[in-house]
Amino acid sequence: MANRWKSDLREDSVTDEAIYLNRRALLGGMAGVGFAGGAAAASEMEPNSWEEITGYNNFYEFGTGKEDPARHAADMTVSPWSVRIDGLVDRPADYAFEDILSKMVVEERIYRLRCVEAWSMVVPWMGSELADLLELAGVQSNARFVAFETLLRPAEMRGVSSPVLEWPYVEGLRLDEAMHPLTIMATGIYGRDIPNQNGAPLRLVVPWKYGFKSIKSIVRITLSESEPPTSWNKANPREYGFYSNVNPEVDHPRWSQAQERRIGGGLFSPKIPTEMFNGYGAEVAGLYEGMDLRRNF
Amino acid sequence: MRSVDRLNALLKQVPAVAVYVAGVLPAIWLFWQAITGTLSIEPIKSLEHETGELGLQLLIATLLVTPLRRFTGINLLRLRRALGLLAFFYIALHLLIWLLLDVQDPAMIWADVVKRPYITVGMLGFVLLVPLAITSNNRSIRVLGRRWHALHRLAYVAIPLGGLHFVMQAKGLQIEPLVYLGVIFGLLFVRLSALKRRRLA
Ligand code: HEM
Repeated sequence: MANRWKSDLREDSVTDEAIYLNRRALLGGMAGVGFAGGAAAASEMEPNSWEEITGYNNFYEFGTGKEDPARHAADMTVSPWSVRIDGLVDRPADYAFEDILSKMVVEERIYRLRCVEAWSMVVPWMGSELADLLELAGVQSNARFVAFETLLRPAEMRGVSSPVLEWPYVEGLRLDEAMHPLTIMATGIYGRDIPNQNGAPLRLVVPWKYGFKSIKSIVRITLSESEPPTSWNKANPREYGFYSNVNPEVDHPRWSQAQERRIGGGLFSPKIPTEMFNGYGAEVAGLYEGMDLRRNF
Repeated sequence: MRSVDRLNALLKQVPAVAVYVAGVLPAIWLFWQAITGTLSIEPIKSLEHETGELGLQLLIATLLVTPLRRFTGINLLRLRRALGLLAFFYIALHLLIWLLLDVQDPAMIWADVVKRPYITVGMLGFVLLVPLAITSNNRSIRVLGRRWHALHRLAYVAIPLGGLHFVMQAKGLQIEPLVYLGVIFGLLFVRLSALKRRRLA
């Protein structure tokens, strides 16, 4: 069931990258020399350019530098691709990517993306609600959590030879978070197929959580009764919790989360205030009613 | 003439000013690219990273000078001051980029220095380098005499602090910063054991 959620972004700010880039070029004379700054609010929704979105990524399977994924992710074979959906589901199976795509309603979702490293972007995703995919497999009534796993193929992923994290990369959501209409499986950006460095052929997008929750290049989804392990939490439980909701009041131990820098502002790009739940509080705050978000960070 | 001697003769002709000029060029190139928007998608972080790494590499180069002479005979002693001052130049830039471009908000700066251990450690490293940079001139050597050498042993504290700061700012378990820290400790070990031997002799 698509279109359960209405974007808070101006429709005219969407899709046609050509028009969009033209507009940027006008602003650009200045952007080019790095003075573009401007006082953007975190809620402002001008999408980042294709070059920014696909050239500045964290995908440690291809290296820890921001430009490494764009350089090396082409090594990854993304077709054929299938996703094993198992655990507490009625129809556990390997689902071919084409079959999934043919059954999903793909729509555009322009979301803010807030990285835990205090930078952010606005991305015009193409995708479908995760709930629809989970319904394909039939979620059983005792399921309470969803675990996700990224492809691990060392021959095509030069980053996994280093122990920066435990491989494969794994993430998880509570079932109600996974079923929320804001949570999508993205398969495209700017109307094109999602590039490898952004998590081809399908990746999670949970816009109110720090970016690392939005796991890329998914090969397995497992429904379970208990909270699944998550990669960054395993690596450093003091710094990364299971929930990892965007929260300007709870700092990362090594840096403040009160502000962020929107990518694309050049050398004098200002910091802008970070919003609770990345600005999606009206939609998702109810999921955490009565929870101490300082403790459950 | 041995090849080392020939090399040393050649090195003697390199004026220190050439080292300064060559050393400053990367900074100019980095800022030029940053200003014209060709450095990277996030020029602030790129500048912060590049200046931090160049600074640390130059600091390590200063530690290499004495062992290099001892084990290979190659003599860079005359150029060590230039290497040290260039290291300080890059670390000062690193700090300024952090202050003016990255953090921006003066209220946040002090909070970061006291609350973020990796910043505290980096800052401590920088503060210890300041007196070394100020006294890296012939007049100070003359005036301070023996105390000059004692003062400049601060480098053996400041440089590992810089390496430790590099390790602490990395996300996940990354090899590169650990290699840097390992090299620093290795060079310190060589230096300090030589100093001890000299004192015993
Ligand atoms: C001896 C002094 C210092 C040395 C040798 C040093 C060196 C470095 C190195 C090598 C890096 C990593 C660059 C990379 O990722 O490639 C780094 C990162 C960083 N340093 Fe320093 N640094 C020093 C002092 C400082 C000071 C005084 C500050 C600020 C008060 C500072 C702030 C930072 C920041 C913010 C980062 C980047 C962390 C990130 O990626 O977000 N450093 N430094």
